[in-house]
Amino acid sequence: MFEAFDPVVLARIQFAFTISFHIIFPAFSIGLASYLAVLEGLWLATGKSVYMDVFRYWVKIFALTFGMGVVSGLTMSYQFGTNWSVFSDKTGPVLGPLMAYEVLSAFFLEAGFLGIMLFGMNKVGRKLHFFATVVVALGTFFSAFWILSVNSWMHTPAGYAINAAGQFIPADWWAIVFNPSFPYRLVHMVLAAYLTTAFVVGAVGALHLLRDRDNRRAHLMFSMALWMATIVAPIQILAGDQHGLNTLEHQPAKVAAMEGHFETNRDGGMPLTLFGIPNMETARTDYALEVPALGSLILGHSLDAEIKGLDAFPREDWPNATVIFWTFRVMVAIGFAMLGLGLWSLWTRWRGSLRQSTWLQRAMVAMGPSGFLAVLCGWITTEMGRQPYTVYGLLRTSESASPIAAEAVGTSLLAFIVVYFLLFGAGTFYILRLMAKPPTPFEEEPPRQPIRSAGITPAPALDDDVPEPARGE
Amino acid sequence: MDLPLLWAFIIAFAVLAYVLLDGFDLGTGILFPFLGRHENRDTAMNSVAPIWDGNETWLILGGGGLFAVFPLAYAIIMPAIYAPIIAMLLALIFRGVAFEYRFKTVRGRFLWDASYFIGSVVAALSQGIALGTLVQGIDVSGRAYAGGWFDWLTPFSLLTGVAVVVGYALLGSTWLVMKTEGEIQGVARRYAFITGAGTLALIGAVSLWMPFLDPEFYVRWFAMPQIFYVAPVPVLVAIAAFSLFQSLAKGAHHRPFLSAAALFTLSFIGLGINFYPHIIPPDITIWDAAAPDSSLKFLLVGASVLIPMILAYTGYAYYVFRGKIVEGEGYHH
Repeated sequence: MFEAFDPVVLARIQFAFTISFHIIFPAFSIGLASYLAVLEGLWLATGKSVYMDVFRYWVKIFALTFGMGVVSGLTMSYQFGTNWSVFSDKTGPVLGPLMAYEVLSAFFLEAGFLGIMLFGMNKVGRKLHFFATVVVALGTFFSAFWILSVNSWMHTPAGYAINAAGQFIPADWWAIVFNPSFPYRLVHMVLAAYLTTAFVVGAVGALHLLRDRDNRRAHLMFSMALWMATIVAPIQILAGDQHGLNTLEHQPAKVAAMEGHFETNRDGGMPLTLFGIPNMETARTDYALEVPALGSLILGHSLDAEIKGLDAFPREDWPNATVIFWTFRVMVAIGFAMLGLGLWSLWTRWRGSLRQSTWLQRAMVAMGPSGFLAVLCGWITTEMGRQPYTVYGLLRTSESASPIAAEAVGTSLLAFIVVYFLLFGAGTFYILRLMAKPPTPFEEEPPRQPIRSAGITPAPALDDDVPEPARGE
Repeated sequence: MDLPLLWAFIIAFAVLAYVLLDGFDLGTGILFPFLGRHENRDTAMNSVAPIWDGNETWLILGGGGLFAVFPLAYAIIMPAIYAPIIAMLLALIFRGVAFEYRFKTVRGRFLWDASYFIGSVVAALSQGIALGTLVQGIDVSGRAYAGGWFDWLTPFSLLTGVAVVVGYALLGSTWLVMKTEGEIQGVARRYAFITGAGTLALIGAVSLWMPFLDPEFYVRWFAMPQIFYVAPVPVLVAIAAFSLFQSLAKGAHHRPFLSAAALFTLSFIGLGINFYPHIIPPDITIWDAAAPDSSLKFLLVGASVLIPMILAYTGYAYYVFRGKIVEGEGYHH
């Protein structure tokens, strides 16, 4: 049934599908791991039980998210070989070691200490438990570091040579790891993960504040999340701008496509197209609503800076402007909405109390999932903007795929779609169900929690639900 | 220093670590429906819950490491075993999510029990089939896989598939003998006898079949004088098998698991003897497939620091969760 399809297109769809599902989990768990470390640290420092209550509320959700991230990530580490074998053979000497470093420095760290973080509170004591939580958070960050280095190298390859077999081989590891787009991408993605998490946490807090204005734990979540939005959203907008300028320098065709900018503006400034439908057939943006010269001002920092349009590049090298024009705009719009919510909350705090402002709470609930949408849109923009290459300017996507028949790829793609929707759908359902429960003091365990091994001499005093820092110290 | 050879040993070590560690927790999944009361299933799952994703990380290291140091092998093997690899990945998802989902529902528990069982069986079977495919040899032309996408399906690969399922069940049952007590331990011990006998029979069958796949394999094991170098392997297999059954009969707790792990390690060494110096029989050697020395060195610097650290804190995590699992105890964290 897949004979009529191009196997490369099917392989691309499969990769896009599996990685889009996957990125949702790390985007959330990078932020949540840090949030949990902060909560546990505050609990240890202040002794206030509210921090531990909130910690216990989110750690269950973290466990679910993390589990889904592990299993969906495993798929990614094999898919380079199964579906992109030519790419793997050619880039393995450069990218392989970076990915192996990710496994060695991040995955093992997370997996080794996650068990202690989730199940070990009564076995290792508070300080060691806090250490485990911090290590897990660090592990998620290292993971982002390495994988974004790999991804950035595919956008802005550097520090390589090419051998007789046509493989990229390392010439300068420093230049490879810290390739030109990497610092920008790392900052932009880590901040995105923090914002995504902040909006999920804030929305859950807001939801329970709407139901019970006096829930202290919900108020803590809501307030912390809004501080995060207020402080990080403007930084993120700045980081995004810098990332965009870096892209303009290294991948001008991508920026042209993102802006629906087909014709290089030789006389006069480039307008900023607010809305429109870039038409790849006719090479113009239909129904364009433009602000004159603003494009030149943003991208070139002067009113008449010449910005290359897609016409400056061979037609076969154009990324799909119709899609990334829009995904880019959705991401930017969400970023500014987040900033707006942050400012609104400042004003509310100044005027009185966050507890009273039900409209702010409703807005937060509505914006809860917006971080995920922004992350997905951002990734679609940058990855589709890299097309038609896997290694930008050097290795074409059409020359990267495995010699596998369309039937095989089509079948596996279908299997992935069915299984992912089924299993991750169920996971999302369980997560939403946990989020629907209000955060309570002395978080009750669900009646059937996993049993953990007892140790050789289980101490009787350790059966308590919540060890209070005041006790025994 | 011969970096490709050194790396071949490191990757082999990672694969062996994976097989032993995830082997026992996949084994608990393979035994899952046969453990009797659902409380026994809780206990079995909880005996591996804090450590399973660490165990699975060795599989990521196996794949990621192959990509890094033997990219050509990675690029040829993965398309050759496309279907089993995809099946394995999907099965590991079914298995992995069951750990979390199973404790979130009562009504849907039977679904996640099934998900854990089927996921474990299919993952083990796929891994065994992948192994068999590699042993029987892969068609290569130039720098790419040249066979069809059903070449992996042969009677031999099915046999190795079944062997791995039964072998993992042996690791799982001896693990449960070690980590539990009372009723479930008795059940596990009974299955350890059965799967132990099955594993030995399958090791024998695979070993006898191999010389027919490639006469080179026969020469490896029976020609003079190397017969003297390889002879310790079957002798040690016999000793490990004896130790397994004797310790099970005596009611020992730890030795059955250690004996089963020894059986796996010896079989793995036996396979290594068959493979050497190839990484993909019959054409591609370790040195053909290796990345340039600059890649191998760069990664070796980190690996020589990080792998011992990983072993240390993995050991620590096992130490934290040492001892017997007591039924019903984990109702509190």
